[in-house]
Amino acid sequence: MAFLNALPGAVAEGLIWGLMAIGVYISYKVLDIADLTVDGSICTGACVCAMLIGGGCPVILAVIVSFLAGVLTGVVTGLFHTALGIPSILAGILTQLILYSVNLTILGGKSLATIDPRTNNLLLNMSNNTLAIVVMVAIAAAIIVGLWLFFYTEIGLTLKATGDNPDMSRAQGVDVSRNKVIGLAISNGIVALAGALLAQYKGSANINDGRGAIVIGLAAIFIGLSVSLKIKPNFVVSLIGVVGGGVIYYIVYNFVILLGLKTDFLKMLSAIIVAIFLAVPYLKTTYFKNKKAEPLITTVQSGGDGNA
Amino acid sequence: MLKITNLQKTFNPGTVNAKTALSGLNLTLEDGDFVTVIGGNGAGKSTLLNAIAGVWKPDYGKIELDGIDLTNISEHKRAKFLGRVFQDPMKGTAPDMEIAENLAIASKRGIKRRFKWGVKKADKEQYRELLASLELGLETRLTTKVGLLSGGQRQAVTLLMATLNKPKLLLLDEHTAALDPKTASKVLQLTNKIVSENRLTTLMITHNMHDAIEYGNRLIMMHEGNVVVDVRGEEKQKLTIEQLLQLFEASSGSKFASDKAILSK
Repeated sequence: MAFLNALPGAVAEGLIWGLMAIGVYISYKVLDIADLTVDGSICTGACVCAMLIGGGCPVILAVIVSFLAGVLTGVVTGLFHTALGIPSILAGILTQLILYSVNLTILGGKSLATIDPRTNNLLLNMSNNTLAIVVMVAIAAAIIVGLWLFFYTEIGLTLKATGDNPDMSRAQGVDVSRNKVIGLAISNGIVALAGALLAQYKGSANINDGRGAIVIGLAAIFIGLSVSLKIKPNFVVSLIGVVGGGVIYYIVYNFVILLGLKTDFLKMLSAIIVAIFLAVPYLKTTYFKNKKAEPLITTVQSGGDGNA
Repeated sequence: MLKITNLQKTFNPGTVNAKTALSGLNLTLEDGDFVTVIGGNGAGKSTLLNAIAGVWKPDYGKIELDGIDLTNISEHKRAKFLGRVFQDPMKGTAPDMEIAENLAIASKRGIKRRFKWGVKKADKEQYRELLASLELGLETRLTTKVGLLSGGQRQAVTLLMATLNKPKLLLLDEHTAALDPKTASKVLQLTNKIVSENRLTTLMITHNMHDAIEYGNRLIMMHEGNVVVDVRGEEKQKLTIEQLLQLFEASSGSKFASDKAILSK
């Protein structure tokens, strides 16, 4: 019974994290970059939104500015990586650390900013989970449609190719560096948007809000894709799957809390889920023989000069 | 058309692993030349192609194409002029994307890409025809992910992608070396067909002396980062493997060090 009571809240919050996971999907799956900016940019989105609403800014405008702030964080990581040659994972860590200071500054040196739940036109709040679910489904659907349209344009296709095969992309005249910046900008924009919505839902923005967000995002992706890839392996179904993955994750999360797991251990649980999903494909290929495997290349002859 | 002047490149300079891959190479290609490139391991063949493609900057020298100085132009920008097929069949195509999507990306090589639908209906028709010309049955598989194709099929698609927008120069880096003999010969015939139909200026590296002699109108042999043999026209048509080896020994002062190249038929 307690579980059923917690269910609407779990679904609503799961949808928000599922939306964030779409952002992570773009960096991790499309661009093939594990972008740790996310832990900072989701918090930036929450902080910007909370402070702007607190200052009397219209909610919609606050959400848009939050999105743009996220775009900016992605650009910073992208430029660290492409213009300055910093390995992508390190570039993300650096931006994440920068954002900790930035977010503290946004919050005015405090660690918490609250949003009055009685504020006019709040998009969602935990006091009305049904409305929150409807709003989140609508926003997620809009973002998925937008991304679907974008990734099938001439420019969007090159973004997919950038992550899929950078050598081929360059040979076909694609500016791989520029595409990585664009991709990271979109990714973190969506993540910050999720942060802005999360702040409204919870009624506050906390400096520690984003800790472990990348792991939750990855968990949602792995859970979602394990289902959606079996249905239809295309872009839109994958994105829907990812949002669904976020929901499933939060339902499980609430379930284990109700089972009595100390909340202190929840982050560890998230990390273990992700570790399992990452490990399974490796373990399969290492310890189990793949019966279907046929050599794609029958005779490999080394004829190259062996240079880089 | 292609003019390479005093091209030099040393990998890992100043270390014990320093390797001079190109030592002041000069090469001029005429419009429509189909040049086969042969040489032992470490002769600098791939390095030459990578230098032209702009994978990295040479230490010294100049690369001009139709009067345009390419030397300092980035790899993706000079791709406008170049079609490339790699030795590794995995390298030339995006595996997680459909055949049509791969071709769509190639169809915009050198053209400004916009926020327009990437694969349009009319494009699909064109791709179907092009794929049919490969005679591999790929014309019915436009939406198949390229990663599901065999190595030979992928090389054929890459070849199509490299020539979809007629390049000024086609660079083939041992593009049949990783294929089984039957597939290799099929891809090679396809190459010959596409090159001659479009009159493409082509540089083709091969490890197979037989192929090097059979295809193209000109043959160059490389040794220690330079061109040591350059045969063209009628003289090339009459060339035999034995003569080629003699030429090589006479000009380089050493035996041709690749049994594989000599033995492969």
